[in-house]
Amino acid sequence: MAGHDEHPREPAPRRATTAEIVPFRLPPVADDPEPEGRRGDALPDPRTGDVDEWGRSERVRAIVRKAYDPMYRRWFRAEWEGLENVPTEGGALLVSNHAGAIPSDAPTIMHGIETELGRPVYGMADHFFKSTPVVGTLWSRGGGVVAHPDNAYRLLREQQQLALVFPEGSKGPGKTYNERYRLRRFGRGGFVEIAMRAGVPIIPIAVVGAEESMPILFKIPSLAKAIGAPYFPITANMAFGPLGALVHFPAKFKLRVLEPVTFDVEPDQPRYSRSRIMDESEAIRQQIQEALFDMLRQRRSVWFG
Amino acid sequence: MGRRVLITGLSTFWGGRLAQALEADPDVDVIIGLDTREPRVKLERTEYVRSDENYSILSRIVKATGVDTIAHTFLVVDSTQMSSRAMHEINVIGTMNLFAAASAAGSTVRRVVVKSASLVYGSSPKDPYWFRETDRRVAAPRTRVERSLLEVESYVRDFARDNPHVCLSLLRFCNVVGPDIATPLLQALSLPFAPKVAGYDPRFQLIHEDDVVDAILFALDHEVPGIFNVAGDGQIPWSEMMAIVGKRGIPMPPFGIAAVTSPLRRLGLVDLAPELIELLKYGRGIDNRRFKDAGFEYRYTSAGALAAYVEAERLRRTVGDRDAGYRYEEDVEQFFRHSPAVLRDQRGE
Repeated sequence: MAGHDEHPREPAPRRATTAEIVPFRLPPVADDPEPEGRRGDALPDPRTGDVDEWGRSERVRAIVRKAYDPMYRRWFRAEWEGLENVPTEGGALLVSNHAGAIPSDAPTIMHGIETELGRPVYGMADHFFKSTPVVGTLWSRGGGVVAHPDNAYRLLREQQQLALVFPEGSKGPGKTYNERYRLRRFGRGGFVEIAMRAGVPIIPIAVVGAEESMPILFKIPSLAKAIGAPYFPITANMAFGPLGALVHFPAKFKLRVLEPVTFDVEPDQPRYSRSRIMDESEAIRQQIQEALFDMLRQRRSVWFG
Repeated sequence: MGRRVLITGLSTFWGGRLAQALEADPDVDVIIGLDTREPRVKLERTEYVRSDENYSILSRIVKATGVDTIAHTFLVVDSTQMSSRAMHEINVIGTMNLFAAASAAGSTVRRVVVKSASLVYGSSPKDPYWFRETDRRVAAPRTRVERSLLEVESYVRDFARDNPHVCLSLLRFCNVVGPDIATPLLQALSLPFAPKVAGYDPRFQLIHEDDVVDAILFALDHEVPGIFNVAGDGQIPWSEMMAIVGKRGIPMPPFGIAAVTSPLRRLGLVDLAPELIELLKYGRGIDNRRFKDAGFEYRYTSAGALAAYVEAERLRRTVGDRDAGYRYEEDVEQFFRHSPAVLRDQRGE
């Protein structure tokens, strides 16, 4: 039996590897920031992949980016406004409206910011994704993270990353077409509390186009209940056959990044004023709602902007 | 006067390892090991006491020997080892009796270290990616080993509350790998085809068996009261772990896994622990920073621990098991410990 004192305990160099930030560009495996054996570094790093502690793989992400780029540029023809409001370094919480049966706003925002600014964006979403086989794994490798306050705090505060949340939750994409561009309740304001605790600004983003890319005509609640999904939509896209159910209409995407919202509070407090959180949350909701109405006033065509 | 240490579960992997390490420590005067079975490793001066699995003689031992430190390593975290009833006796009733003895009037116990497992956090899609010590589990416990450990921890908490003068460290270890240990996880990786759940690729956090022993020793040597997660840095996806070990996976259906695993268990072919199957869907991560902040230094990361296992496995494939079977002979052990004929000055007494 291998004795206990076979390896004398030496003060190994401390490396803050858990919290290290993954380099954005596709890293060679040898330079993987993941930690390796520390027994005098006698053991070679056995890791073969680049899946980070969030389940994100830059290699998968690069493939996704490559595959999604034509969609982003040619299909949705995404157009940004105010992109300079997204900080190029430091953590920030991106907050946006959410729409379309299969929401196309999340990949568009992630792809846009990643390609334009060269920063990874972690998309936070309902645990429903994680619990779905295949989809959950791909979603996680492609930068999806379960929306849990601890996860958000770690991303924003400790790793100073960009995280994207949709405070409407599944109520946003789960609304029917006649309610388009009317923001739902912003949850219980948890996103404001997280931003306060993490000491990062909130960047509101208003997205126009996602609603029309996959409009929900009506929903079948019993079917949703049966499969455990938040909603089961019948979309206009389904008129184009079974494949249509998965393909978005080529609505013109316009994204407007609003002024960052900062909170003048001390980070890392155990508790923040509930009323302040609700007020800030409502103010941000109003801001995005106003921006949406403004953008819709200027929009001449759903398909050409 | 040096320390007097009581180890529960001397014949378990951890009890034996711990006793060996403590024997090398000159500050430890007395080591008493309790177990139902005879020790399986060679020990120099540890006193082995046979007891029933729920230690009904424990309070007598504590009183008679005046131990000041208890290392509670006799907690079953592998449900394939024994029946539900036996596990309940050992984990819950054993812990209950242990703490009853340690908190009896006139007890000399001042430090207790409990080896629990991160199983108490469960595994569900709603989990945070890193559980902290203060986090409650999200999903209700579904396997009996989890329920059993939760009950154990509630006794631990009660004991800590009732005995503020005792320094109690509760260590929650993640999945252990290493050259010598056998766990459900390593058993799954040693099958011809490693089981996986189709469509899922959870991430695992691992700890090397030497780090586990070091962590218990650290808690015994330092005053670190409270709950601590103990796990190597980093998380590795299951697919990558299979690749590192050199195994191909055999997918199980994502729904109704029991329909596949229970016939295999009936036939006695493969006994996959139910708690492992849960893990194979969602994995689990625990935040190890609190123990680091307390001063503990890990020698292995998750990936490093797995690499150590792979190397040992390669060696084993070539030369077989290195452990020549040690057998505990009571007469021999008693002779070396207590016979007046044995010269006892080599330890400077």
